Amino acid sequence: MKNAIRISCSRHNLKVVRDFVSAYLAAYALSDLQLNQIILAVDEVVANLIIHANHEDESQFLNLRLGVDKQVFEIEIEDDSKSSYQPSLYKEPDLQEHIRIGKKGGVGMTLVNRIMDRVEFTTTGDHNVCRLYKRIV
Amino acid sequence: MKINQQTTENTLTLSLDGELDASSSVLLDSELTKPEVLDYKKVLIDCQRLNYISSAGLGVFISHLQRFQDANVKLVFFNMQEKVHNVFEILGLDALMTIVPSEAEATAL
Repeated sequence: MKNAIRISCSRHNLKVVRDFVSAYLAAYALSDLQLNQIILAVDEVVANLIIHANHEDESQFLNLRLGVDKQVFEIEIEDDSKSSYQPSLYKEPDLQEHIRIGKKGGVGMTLVNRIMDRVEFTTTGDHNVCRLYKRIV
Repeated sequence: MKINQQTTENTLTLSLDGELDASSSVLLDSELTKPEVLDYKKVLIDCQRLNYISSAGLGVFISHLQRFQDANVKLVFFNMQEKVHNVFEILGLDALMTIVPSEAEATAL
């Protein structure tokens, strides 16, 4: 099973990424809920990297590599954007306030943090790596 | 993502078919932004064929909810698949939005 993919920074590739994760995990017979949650967490990170970090510049690319080791799903998502995500700046959203002011964004990383067991962001120079981990049952 | 519309005098029903992500949510946002949407008393969202929703899709509903409430338009979701409902639950949005099991219950509200 293919465990790596390279995509350009177009939001049309979000579906490609979801299908890639889904195809890889098909062998693990996860529940619909857990499979959808993992796909969603990956989709959220990739969408942020495409839209916010790389401004949908299709000359830029993301490299994704995934695997399962000892019943733990792991995915690495790499990019070379100059603006890296700062997890220390993360704040839990106040959804009632989002509704009141009609805010569209700002809940994607909340989904990622609530779904995955571990979320790591590392930056070396202009090279950024996001790693997500989830025990699968 | 396909969006089919049905209307009665007081109700607009949008049937969502496909996956609602950061790419396709733009289309839904355009539909809900139309001023005539506020002419109805209820906007029902049929989620039977909605197979996936990400934060971008949720954000479209979040961003219009207050506008609907200010205009006394009810926004009601029905026929939602469990995996889609679970995404609302993870954020606690199931407590802030009206989600009912069936079209009959949505119509009766």
